[in-house]
Amino acid sequence: MTQNLALEIMPDSPTVTIPLSQHIGKQAKPIVQKGSVVKAGSVIAEPEGFVSIPIHSSVSGNVLKIHREPNVSGFPKDSVIIKSENNGEAEKYEPMDYNAVTPEEIIERVRLAGIVGQGGAAFPTFIKLSPPKDKNIEYVILNGCECEPYLTRDYRLMLEKSREVIIGFSLIMKAVGVKKGIIGIEDNKPEAITKLKEIAKDFPGIKIEVLETKYPQGAEKMLIKSCIGREVPPGKLPMDIGVIVLNIATAVAIHDAVVKGEPQLYAVLTVTGNGIVTPKNLMVKIGTPLQDVIDFCGGIKEDAVKVIVGGPMMGVAQFDFSAPVVKATSGIVILTKDEVNEHPETPCLRCGKCIEACPLNLIPTKLARYVQLEKFEEADKIEITTCMECGTCTFTCPANIPLVQWIRLGKQRVLNLKKNQNDKN
Amino acid sequence: MTTANPTYRLELTSSPHVHSRWSTRQAMWLVILSLLPPLAAALVFYGIYQLLVIFVSVIFCVGTEVLIKLIRKREITVKDGSAVITGLLLALTLPPNFSLIFTAIGGIFAIAIGKEIFGGLGYNIFNPALVGRAFLQAAFPVAMTTWTIPNFSDAVSKATPLSSLKFDGILTALEPMFVGNIGGSLGETSAFAVLIGGLFLLVLGVANWRIPLSMFFGVLVFGSIFWFINPVKYPTPFFHLFAGSFMFGAFFMATDWVTSPLTGKGMWIFGLGISLVVVVIRIFGGLPEGVMYGILLMNAFVPIINRYTKPKVFGEIK
Repeated sequence: MTQNLALEIMPDSPTVTIPLSQHIGKQAKPIVQKGSVVKAGSVIAEPEGFVSIPIHSSVSGNVLKIHREPNVSGFPKDSVIIKSENNGEAEKYEPMDYNAVTPEEIIERVRLAGIVGQGGAAFPTFIKLSPPKDKNIEYVILNGCECEPYLTRDYRLMLEKSREVIIGFSLIMKAVGVKKGIIGIEDNKPEAITKLKEIAKDFPGIKIEVLETKYPQGAEKMLIKSCIGREVPPGKLPMDIGVIVLNIATAVAIHDAVVKGEPQLYAVLTVTGNGIVTPKNLMVKIGTPLQDVIDFCGGIKEDAVKVIVGGPMMGVAQFDFSAPVVKATSGIVILTKDEVNEHPETPCLRCGKCIEACPLNLIPTKLARYVQLEKFEEADKIEITTCMECGTCTFTCPANIPLVQWIRLGKQRVLNLKKNQNDKN
Repeated sequence: MTTANPTYRLELTSSPHVHSRWSTRQAMWLVILSLLPPLAAALVFYGIYQLLVIFVSVIFCVGTEVLIKLIRKREITVKDGSAVITGLLLALTLPPNFSLIFTAIGGIFAIAIGKEIFGGLGYNIFNPALVGRAFLQAAFPVAMTTWTIPNFSDAVSKATPLSSLKFDGILTALEPMFVGNIGGSLGETSAFAVLIGGLFLLVLGVANWRIPLSMFFGVLVFGSIFWFINPVKYPTPFFHLFAGSFMFGAFFMATDWVTSPLTGKGMWIFGLGISLVVVVIRIFGGLPEGVMYGILLMNAFVPIINRYTKPKVFGEIK
């Protein structure tokens, strides 16, 4: 729907709401107060603890207040609200030559620029770039598969910012100290494949891998399997098998941070679905309220039934459009009734379609049943915590059982039980 | 604070927010559609009376389900179409010109004992239509083996190819068995009509292809073994494939979602098991046909098969 629409830069909103926590880890500590004058790129909150990042203002203006505000995650978060005045130039870091920069400089710049993973989890990227010394990292894989159906922003970035993608990727490889880099791209994006292959010629070690177009190809574990044939064991991380995976948008952000000295002020996102008047691929300032983005795209149609931040398979349904776009926002999908395909739930027919569909070879119907019966130990034995919640089982289930929803609930319970046990020991 | 425009009613559920077009009801109605070719074949070869048998079977299956749901004060679920399928399947396994009263009894038994006693759709262990048929076979053995000479046939014997072979040692040619102008149960006789309906189910992905394929493979392998041992005494493997209710059972009975295994590997074991039982009963048993018992027997093994065919979890090292 949006793959042929070029990226547009959305103008600044009158006010932006910048959450102090847009990442996994500790909330950043604000260093501004009501009335402070800030510029686009000014640091407004300092990291607290190791797993944390600085937060920058995305616009130039005045701080109105610091307050708990609605958030796209569904949970309100402490946020800095800034009135945009368009006064003054953006603040930047010193641009660096990508050939001369050292690994340490890259990692520090990525930390200062506040870059988080763009694949959805929003893990601070600088930590990912500095894996523990005992892990022998052999490959870095860049995820050129769109994480979700409907979204096209990674495709647009690969087409329009091909050079930035490749340079950003080479910086990642340098920072981690690996010689082998693979960009995995689904075969429904031939133009992106051709373009990146052309540019990658000048960068030894970067290989483009063409992959089958199939959700969830963009999931970390699937991508690694498709690119290098290794499987991440249950309970392990990609780096345990010598791989680090990053996203296209993350590579572009790293390029901009190092080469241009720009902190991450924009989220690149696709606004799509049959429920939006004018679908677009956009670069939106962090902190822009959803309402403003929706208005910029012509508004919502009357038959819309769901507004989702993220994609249709794993995104979060929204109820308050004052919630802002955050660093890891990859899309706003507005669905109509026909797109949702709701059916009444019936008992499990034991058709086995969920098992065939599960990319991790789990038994969703059994897991869901165990959770319903609160048999968490049994659920743990058949690897409930391995589930990555891609939602394929629920999507497929003819009986329309909310399988992944039950599993998600059970995963949380199992993890809590394990945590309690560890605390006791 | 801006809020959602109040003219929209937005749904708040957790992801995923989209669903495939699959639904229980849709799958069931596709199965019903796929049964039309064998049903038409039954009418062509055995006459319009058979429509009455089919009608009575469906009405009593649906009626029994409604009644039991009412007694148990549960939601009435006949709209899902599963009782209609049971009724159709049961009727299509009956001999031509079957008593309407016996048909009704079979329908009641199929739903009450075959399905509802376990809790209804999704919880039954055995294929309900075959439970009904097994009951009729035990209760009315003569009526259940009284065959009729079909239309468009120059045969003089009413017997089915399997009973001719078993009791008279006469081997029927494959061509009439494929077309269906032979003695036999309503829906089973025309392998051609069964194939059309069956392939329809496979192409749409309603029935899993592994089950019919493993059954065909199994019957050809096991049939060949006996045929090689004594080609005069035992029929060719292709005879096994086209005779009796093998093909009907493979496409429509064994593929029942509820009573077949969950995993691909399990489905292969299930299908091979059925074909082994079929060949053994046909060759050594007192009965000419063994498809019904083969499927019912393997239905009973499904929980065990499921237990031992758990797929290897992604990344798991064994």
